[in-house]
Amino acid sequence: MTAQAQRRTPAPPPGTYLGMPKFQKNAKEQLANEQLRKNLRHATGTIRAKRAARVEEVPEWEELRLAGEAIKNRTLRHLDTYLVQLEDSLQKAGAKVHWARDAAEANRIVVGLVQAKGVDEVVKVKSMATQEIELNEALEEAGIAAWETDLAELIVQLGHDRPSHILVPAIHRNRSEVREIFLREMKQYGTPAPEDITDDPAELAGAARRHLREKFLRAKVAISGANFAIAETGTLVVVESEGNGRMCLTLPDTLISVVGIEKVLPTFADLEVFMRLLPRSSTGERMNPYTSMWTGVTPGDGPQDVHVVLVDNGRTNALADPQGRPALRCIRCSACLNICPVYERVGGHAYGSVYPGPIGAVLNPQLRGIGHEIDQSLPYASSLCGACFEVCPVRIPIPDILVHLRKEVADHKRGKPKLEPTAMAAAGWVLADHKHFELAERVAGLAARALPNTTFLGPLPWPASAWTRARDLPMPPPESFRKWWRTNRGEEQQ
Amino acid sequence: MTIHAKGITVALFATCINDVMFPGTPKAVVQVLERLGCRVEFPLDQTCCGQMFTNTGYFDAAVPNVRNYVKAFTGYDYVVGPSGSCVGAVRHQHPMLAEHARDAGLGRAVDEVVARTYDLSEFLVDVLGVTDVGAYFPHRVTYHPTCHSVRVAKVGDRPYRLLQAVKGIDLVDLPAADQCCGFGGTFSVKNPDVSVAMASDKARHVMETGAEYLVTGDNACLMNIGGILHRENSGVKTIHLAEILAHTEGGDR
Ligand code: SF4
Repeated sequence: MTAQAQRRTPAPPPGTYLGMPKFQKNAKEQLANEQLRKNLRHATGTIRAKRAARVEEVPEWEELRLAGEAIKNRTLRHLDTYLVQLEDSLQKAGAKVHWARDAAEANRIVVGLVQAKGVDEVVKVKSMATQEIELNEALEEAGIAAWETDLAELIVQLGHDRPSHILVPAIHRNRSEVREIFLREMKQYGTPAPEDITDDPAELAGAARRHLREKFLRAKVAISGANFAIAETGTLVVVESEGNGRMCLTLPDTLISVVGIEKVLPTFADLEVFMRLLPRSSTGERMNPYTSMWTGVTPGDGPQDVHVVLVDNGRTNALADPQGRPALRCIRCSACLNICPVYERVGGHAYGSVYPGPIGAVLNPQLRGIGHEIDQSLPYASSLCGACFEVCPVRIPIPDILVHLRKEVADHKRGKPKLEPTAMAAAGWVLADHKHFELAERVAGLAARALPNTTFLGPLPWPASAWTRARDLPMPPPESFRKWWRTNRGEEQQ
Repeated sequence: MTIHAKGITVALFATCINDVMFPGTPKAVVQVLERLGCRVEFPLDQTCCGQMFTNTGYFDAAVPNVRNYVKAFTGYDYVVGPSGSCVGAVRHQHPMLAEHARDAGLGRAVDEVVARTYDLSEFLVDVLGVTDVGAYFPHRVTYHPTCHSVRVAKVGDRPYRLLQAVKGIDLVDLPAADQCCGFGGTFSVKNPDVSVAMASDKARHVMETGAEYLVTGDNACLMNIGGILHRENSGVKTIHLAEILAHTEGGDR
């Protein structure tokens, strides 16, 4: 038997995130995919408009954003205190708390907990933290099948694919692709899709519901993440749209929640701000359909064995950097992805992480460090247009953090023989002093006089080809402004 | 139009790209400001705001630009530049760079001069209190609000109000105006494929308006979008806001 045949769940694509080439290269590949660009333009355009309409209705939106920012800042400043308080509250409420330094440790803990229950499958609530630590593959290696129950996560899993969006992980798929995936794959992993299924969204959702139903009813263990964890009470909160989360959180006897340490909020009252910010920012709804909250164990009601795994996995790196720290305020609403002109054109797979888009570009290099090509390229995956900051419900200054991380990358590369540091040093010399600058101006003027009838330049060789492959470049005029001023106005200004 | 700026001296911050590549723009600023009664000076010490270095991660290379800016413009009540992007960089990045240089004295000097630095549209509308600057431009024009002018310098709708007051102008709305044109400084050459994809969409929207001219307050973005418009023989010309405002009835365009 081949390794492939032994698998319990659909295999993801080969390769690892960290082994991915730099963003520019991935982006170029994705740009060539016309279907993808069409799907993304449509999907991001729709959700953008919905968000804008829902935000428009709230006159105090800016105050809410400021409150969200302030609460998160305070929490991060005293994170150690709130985490210990959270642990205490959870334990008092009957939950067991585990601490994980990194992905490997978190996976080991979860696999151990599932094995101790003697089961070989779990159902999952959509969770970014478990995607980040690649829990499904760790479980698969231990012979445990992890079933995604969120519709879009199911599409990704059955499609042998990777998520490309925080909220809508299958945003890159259109409905006819989804129909094909369901027809081909569902029958291999459980209840098949009806042979005559069309690409009608209601029919597709119906097929998913039937496929998942038997898994929900059979499962003894559920795995979730959490949107918020309240230190004061030990309450975990999951915000969702489909009700699959509610099923996972109430039916199985054992519930394991994997939670990033930055998800803690001091008090229950703090939730009010975020429950207003999150749904409008993410799905463009006034309120999401299902909000589940649980506080440890309630005897005779819901899961009786409740575990919480608190994961660092690089978050303390970001916490230690005052310029990078605001990225930890993120509530994973994905508004920044939906508004981002770069994300809209290349999609999520180019970012080499479960966190794509603007937030991914600032989060990944902080969580994973800048040792890999992909993480070195991410801070440059932005035109710094600033649209992300405008929509971010917790006011993360993404462009500023990008610039800060560019500096980290440039410092990291310093001393290595590369075109860029050399060019920057040369340009630095030119622009540091007006006399140097005037010299360069004269050179530009000479070039212009050498090609007297040219106003635009067409395709040029490398490195100028990066500009001129699709864009003409205007020629500098023979006379700079400075020269004109000296000639015509120099006398007057003494 | 009334002349109410008698006696105001303005230091022109031409910006390096305008100085070398688009001298028509700072000339137009001089024309408009003088027409409104200002006295314009061009401090010869000036070079560049340094944002190309800052935004590529080379903070050390940007610091001399900050010192230079302070040297050139300290002592003026009004420093005016025809670029939301460069003015935005001065405002938003120079204090951070002074901090990076661990130079508190520079930081104080920066705060002083930053508070007196204006984008052309801000200076006209807020300081001089004019929107009608006496311009005449009988053409179909569409306006792209560049990202840094709106989101960093925060010029708001001032450029639009100035354009609306131009006689003879046929100002048409640009679809998806708030989307970035894909220039982004070194982004345009570090991520050329994404940049071109964005610029092409912007150029397509411009062409859809049927405008003769695309106007912005930033020549770098114009160079980007214009590069596509020119390559595709669209016939749409690009023009800086200052040059429209400089144009008067009987002028030579
Ligand atoms: S960075 Fe802000 S906008 Fe982006 S996902 Fe996080 S909270 Fe939402």
